[in-house]
Amino acid sequence: MGKIERTYEEINEKIRRGEVVVLTAEEVLDLVAAEGVAGAAKKVDVVTTGTFGAMCSSGVFLNFGHSQPRIKMEEVYLNGVPAYSGLAAVDAYLGATALPPGDPRNRNHPGEFRYGGGHVIEELVAGKEIRLEARAYGTDCYPLKKIETAFRLSEINEAILYNPRNAYQNYNVAVNLGSKTLYTYMGILKPNLGNANYSSAGQLSPLLNDPLLKTIGLGTRIFLGGGVGYVTWHGTQHNPSVERGENGVPKVPAGTLAVAGDLKQMHSRWLRGLSMLGYGVTLQVGLGVPIPILNEEIMSYCAVRDEDIYAPIVDYSRAYPNREAGNLGFVSYAELKSGTITVKGRKVPTASLSSYAGAREIALTLKEWIREGKFTLTRPAAPLPSVESGIKMQPLLQRDPDEGGF
Amino acid sequence: MAIKQKLVFRFPPSVVEQPLIYHLVKDFDLMVNILRADINPDKEGRLMLEMSGSESNYRRAVEWLKQQGVGILNLKQQITWNEERCTHCGACSVICPTGALGLNRPAMTVSFDESKCIVCELCLKACPARAMETLLEQAS
Repeated sequence: MGKIERTYEEINEKIRRGEVVVLTAEEVLDLVAAEGVAGAAKKVDVVTTGTFGAMCSSGVFLNFGHSQPRIKMEEVYLNGVPAYSGLAAVDAYLGATALPPGDPRNRNHPGEFRYGGGHVIEELVAGKEIRLEARAYGTDCYPLKKIETAFRLSEINEAILYNPRNAYQNYNVAVNLGSKTLYTYMGILKPNLGNANYSSAGQLSPLLNDPLLKTIGLGTRIFLGGGVGYVTWHGTQHNPSVERGENGVPKVPAGTLAVAGDLKQMHSRWLRGLSMLGYGVTLQVGLGVPIPILNEEIMSYCAVRDEDIYAPIVDYSRAYPNREAGNLGFVSYAELKSGTITVKGRKVPTASLSSYAGAREIALTLKEWIREGKFTLTRPAAPLPSVESGIKMQPLLQRDPDEGGF
Repeated sequence: MAIKQKLVFRFPPSVVEQPLIYHLVKDFDLMVNILRADINPDKEGRLMLEMSGSESNYRRAVEWLKQQGVGILNLKQQITWNEERCTHCGACSVICPTGALGLNRPAMTVSFDESKCIVCELCLKACPARAMETLLEQAS
């Protein structure tokens, strides 16, 4: 399609020479409006995207270094929050949603969830001292059974942010058709359609600017948590085979990314512990992906506007918790961002759980990194599964575990 | 000269039973608009209100309230927005009942107009980043 063809090598050469032309996925819209897709593709080498939302499937692999005498940690707590340590002696994985054993949870509903894994990660990145407690059963080679100490991020061997599912390509708009207030991972949902909460950066969101995953793949270098990271796989629940608009943009939650990066070069401004009332703790992750304008087709995807991206309205009083199919219709991100949408003939105020201002800042930061020559683009080592893969997200089969399969 | 102020009264359990508002209106000729009250028997009470009248009456009333053991604070300073913690998601904007917290469009940044705040405190827990803070202890 079209005459414009660019290679990764040509773009990187322009970055090195300081001649690269970069616009954010928001800025490029005016250019496309003025000069068309072909005109914009001719001028622009890279379009940067961004998103800054709550992403529960996030966490950090840690290696603490060996104590003297040695310990094979079986139970690990960081500031009282449990980390998974079913790994080698002093390796652990701290998940964003982990809670201290003593947290009251939802016993007094809605629970406050003041502190958990996401907050520990934020404090770790901020360079604060973290209390480490570990217990073990003791072996001949790892005799120590208990340790209590403290450390800072700079003092341990590795801290690798590894998020199995980030950057959801589109997401539900959550509403409440019931008569009681709901406390969800989509925020507080007031009864009788009191509000509608959404969570995508829309026209700035990484996977909505590359809907068919033509450029984003294994090894794509990205902005992650204020530093540099990489796409390491497709994310969990990756679901490319869903209903799409004519522009290729999915109308429901679809693709996801697994990403990783060295936590030591990230910033706590872009990794924030969140407390979702009545739900739990999570991590707000800042993530941005550069899209190389290899040809006009890629530019046409990056030209997508909020008006042309639709999300499904889902009832969280019944349909979502019971996994019932169907929705209450579709609404564009332009309508969502206006502050009011119409659901079942009623005007409903909207709010976002993903920061659009943050997404914009990430896209602008990535743009600066590229223009300054600090960040070059990577050609994926392998593509991520897209529409042609036929991959579909499956529900959990529930059967009698004692019956035996065949 | 007329004066109009938004205030928070904090009073010990011993004062909770007194008809303070009655006295403010009858003895000091003040106009009182109650924004929020949190009063329980045998507990410290809190009353958020707007009080207006002549400056001399207003000052005499404040003096009298202090003699009764009532602590008086400026309501404006009761809820603060920690801008550094705010991630500008906007989740607060549909929870705040008075529009004190809102989203500026098209910048999509959060702003806090404390003159509209009635210290309902809904934002304190609705904000996922816990960017809204209060000087008052949480009502138990």
